[in-house]
Amino acid sequence: MEKLIEILNEIDDTIDYENEKKLIDARLINSMAVVELVGEIEEEFDVEITASELKPENFNSVEAMMKMITRLRGE
Amino acid sequence: MSYNSVLYLLLFLPCTLLFYQMTPQKWRWVTLLTASYLLFWSFSGKLLIYLIGMTLLTYTAGIALHKVSGKLRKTVMLICVILLVAGLAYLKYYNFFVSNFNLISEETGSIVRLQLHKLVAPIGISFYTLQAIGYIIDVYWKNITVERHFGRLALFLGFFPQLMEGPIARYSDVAEELQRNEDIKGENVAYGAVRIFWGLFKKMVIADRLAIPVNAIFDSYQDYSGVVIALAAIGYTIQLYMEFSGCMDIVIGSGRMFGVRLPENFRQPFASKNASEFWRRWHITLGVWFKTYIFFPASTSHVVKKWSKYSRKKYGKYVSNIGTLAMTLFPVWLCNGIWHGAAWNYIFYGMYYFVLILAGEAVAPIKKQVVNRLNIDESRRYWQTLQIGKTWLIIFTGELFFRANGLSAGFSMISSMITGFTISGLSEDLGAIPFVDAADILIVIIGCIIVAIVGSIREKRGAVVASIDNLKLPVRWCIYYALIFSVVIFGAYGAGYQKIDLIYAGF
Repeated sequence: MEKLIEILNEIDDTIDYENEKKLIDARLINSMAVVELVGEIEEEFDVEITASELKPENFNSVEAMMKMITRLRGE
Repeated sequence: MSYNSVLYLLLFLPCTLLFYQMTPQKWRWVTLLTASYLLFWSFSGKLLIYLIGMTLLTYTAGIALHKVSGKLRKTVMLICVILLVAGLAYLKYYNFFVSNFNLISEETGSIVRLQLHKLVAPIGISFYTLQAIGYIIDVYWKNITVERHFGRLALFLGFFPQLMEGPIARYSDVAEELQRNEDIKGENVAYGAVRIFWGLFKKMVIADRLAIPVNAIFDSYQDYSGVVIALAAIGYTIQLYMEFSGCMDIVIGSGRMFGVRLPENFRQPFASKNASEFWRRWHITLGVWFKTYIFFPASTSHVVKKWSKYSRKKYGKYVSNIGTLAMTLFPVWLCNGIWHGAAWNYIFYGMYYFVLILAGEAVAPIKKQVVNRLNIDESRRYWQTLQIGKTWLIIFTGELFFRANGLSAGFSMISSMITGFTISGLSEDLGAIPFVDAADILIVIIGCIIVAIVGSIREKRGAVVASIDNLKLPVRWCIYYALIFSVVIFGAYGAGYQKIDLIYAGF
């Protein structure tokens, strides 16, 4: 999880990622940042993220992202 | 029978409400679907067969996606999407393609010529085709379960309030409420009626009043000075917003009367601080559609991922990210331009935003450094006003090309604005604009101020129409009467005015 927060901070370091639960719904990170994030996650966690995974519930919080990463690693 | 017509508002909508309520709950979808197809028939007659055929294709593909597995699923999804796009492309863009092909043939001395076809696109084709594509991709992605009831899917694709101008709803947004078939409720009718009158106010008091001088200037821009052309660009932007968002109010209000909450399409777009934000607030459902079904699939495609990995090592993160964005934003904005119509000025309009948004992302790190170095507090009002002013300039220029009678007319108008921008003789120039008198200007200004105040309240406190319910009875009725009488008294209809068709229904 620390690595993910590090990646997120590199994209925008003004957000409290540990407590924020509505990163997408509250428009704190936009779709262009999501695309950058996807590239970083794929490289760091060795997973493949498809377009069908790019929905708010998978990116609204660090926990949701970790849950998605864990699921994709298991597939 | 457009949404602002007397026939729709005083006969079609009330009768549909009545028949809907009289129908047993189980069969209410039949009433809604019959009403929807009747409205469609009033515009496009026998072309109703296209809508039914398209629905049948989408339904069958959805069922097939549910039954097959593996690579076959992708094949089924692709065939369905290609057929849907092909129908839209043929009816809307074939003649545009052929005209340009013949022009190139002529220039290059080739003897090959293609025949133009007499084509009439069914009303709202651009809207329900996108809904159908979105539905099929969502089923393919397993974001939603397949709709097994043909009638319900037909209602989702053809629901009459959104048939002509959207909003482009996703199946997950509206399916549940469309299937609930709940009784007509007083609070829903009241909410719907206020939204409808608010929409009529925007359309009939402001947009239709602006349409006459705006059309006159755009149609013979050569006769006017640069200042007048600039005013026409601003006037058209306001007209388009009032007309499209007003129509959305009528659409959302109509849907709500049946207990269906359609997605909002506008969120104070003129409060945007950059082009990107503008498109998150203007025609929201179209932006969400392009983001979900073009931008995200493009950004997760093998080509883009390959480039991203390669360029990151070779050129570093900044160049890699900008390159990735260019590759993913280009198809989005090309499609956005083409979606609006088969003309070069629409394609230019899409490319204009592509360049601006990409440039905005490219200079963002430099802007951040400058802002930090100059100790600028970005939350201060003066800074935000500057950003909003800059965005207005971008919007007005874009809408000038959008409305211009062809791309070359757009460039000529921009050229006139730059070379002929003088305020000497302005009063004479303004006097030469047809159908404009002081009363019309005053009504438009007051109307815009009212819309801006309501927008500002909505931005700060959320839903405005719903909060009217919480006001005391006399205040509430004062608002209702003010809204009704303002439309009846100040609406641009009757002698001296023309009937103005809905702009987006043409797309």
